[in-house]
Amino acid sequence: MAENVVALDSLQIASRNALTQAMESDGCSSSSCGSSDAPEDMDPETWAKVKDHPCYSEEAHHYFARMHVAVAPACNIQCNYCNRKYDCANESRPGVVSERLTPEQAARKVIAVANEIPQLSVLGIAGPGDSAYDWRKTKETFQRVQEQLPDIKLCLSTNGLALPDHVDELLDMNIDHVTLTINMIDPQIGTEIYPWIFWEHKRRHGLEASQILHERQMQSLDMLHERGILVKVNSVMIPGINDKHLLEVNKEVKKRGAFLHNIMPLISAAEFGTVFGLNGQRGPNAAELKELQDACAGGANLMRHCRQCRADAVGLLGEDRGQEFTMDLVPDEVTYDPEKRETYREWVKKEREDRRVAAESAKAETVASVAEEAGAMLVAVATKGGGRINQHFGHATEFQIFEVDAEGVRFVTHRRCDNYCVGGYGEEDKLELVIKTLEGIDTILCAKIGDCPREDLAAAGITAIQDYAYDYIETAVSAVYRDRMGLPSAETAEIA
Amino acid sequence: MALQIIVPNCTVCGACEFECPNAAISFKNDTYVIDPALCTECEGDYDSPQCAEVCPVPETCVPA
Repeated sequence: MAENVVALDSLQIASRNALTQAMESDGCSSSSCGSSDAPEDMDPETWAKVKDHPCYSEEAHHYFARMHVAVAPACNIQCNYCNRKYDCANESRPGVVSERLTPEQAARKVIAVANEIPQLSVLGIAGPGDSAYDWRKTKETFQRVQEQLPDIKLCLSTNGLALPDHVDELLDMNIDHVTLTINMIDPQIGTEIYPWIFWEHKRRHGLEASQILHERQMQSLDMLHERGILVKVNSVMIPGINDKHLLEVNKEVKKRGAFLHNIMPLISAAEFGTVFGLNGQRGPNAAELKELQDACAGGANLMRHCRQCRADAVGLLGEDRGQEFTMDLVPDEVTYDPEKRETYREWVKKEREDRRVAAESAKAETVASVAEEAGAMLVAVATKGGGRINQHFGHATEFQIFEVDAEGVRFVTHRRCDNYCVGGYGEEDKLELVIKTLEGIDTILCAKIGDCPREDLAAAGITAIQDYAYDYIETAVSAVYRDRMGLPSAETAEIA
Repeated sequence: MALQIIVPNCTVCGACEFECPNAAISFKNDTYVIDPALCTECEGDYDSPQCAEVCPVPETCVPA
């Protein structure tokens, strides 16, 4: 089968074959791009670590929630995209954290959230500040939480400068996920990103700073990999500074055993008061980001479902229930009640097994009824989680985008529309902007949609379908694809 | 001979507290303060005062 690459305005998609070939040619043992794997794509040990982690497994992000607590505000480096007066713009979205917590408060909050949100599987410490540098607070928080919630996954995000000093403590605490922010492997490029670091009791500037940071980051990556701790590398894409260089970063971190590479766009604006914001450094547009991500396919697995969440986010990716759990709403004493989470986990176990079986049989049906050379198609889905089409079109703040071809269905990315939907626009304008975010999309599946928006979407060339309400995403998307691409039904019947 | 923290500048990150070799810095009334009786400006320990060296905001840890 020839390479089947479909180029769209803002999106380039390749067929499963092309992706797999690219990855195989680079020696990648799994076809787990974006890590949406079924277990057969991954060794069982790794799968066991990521299967309930929404940030490490695309599949898990439909079922499991994370929360971040901002307990470690001290930092040992200065980044040009960060203004410590207003917290870090890239580790948490603008608007940043609303409150900082002591380890004791954080532990109480985690219990309160676990009692209310049974999907909770992960606690992360992700800034502002550096969790490995502000280690005492990070460690105390993890210890307090682990005492009461031994099954929660703990993870931390760090620049790596201080991490080598604490790797063995991570092992002792059973922490098997660490995110390293690595923006360069060439210290010369680092000088444009990091004005200084604090290292061995001195502030270091320029090339010396970036050289030390780079060496410590590589040491962190190697040490974590040697000990079997999964590493996700986050990189901030800064056009004109490290955008092309991130291809090299991708190769290097893959070579050193990073499990996942998450390339995020720089978020930059003058009002953040950051060096980049003030000197007019722009962030990349969606097409530039996509182009880089696609160019990196074949390196470390790319994460495509990252939502760049706030440092105090709570809930499923794509939702933030942090405001329901501010410290003034958390009781002085909370006791963990494991029942809800246990029940939910039992349910998910069965549900994701059912979904996998359904997806497999939908795939088989598609293979049997669609010509092998049939092209790929992009379908948007409105979902509240659980891997089902279960959200009203008008309630969606983001759409998940799936690509389907004769090889099956896979998650490509998500597109947000809440940035447009927040106030100020009339309903008509809002819909217009939603249509814009759906550019290049053929079909949208949702639980329900009104006649007016359906007609407007149709006028824009997008078919809205509510017939698959509450179905699994994979079976519904496959059915739509077969409808569109399938051979006449008589032939299908014969083949079946 | 001591340093002080300019309160409106302080981000309350606390890096100075644990870098201080004299335990002269503590958290009081929502901010960090330096106890001038304990502060040595790091003389004898380091080349430069650690609080000023690590503080992310310029002109925040300054001579009293």
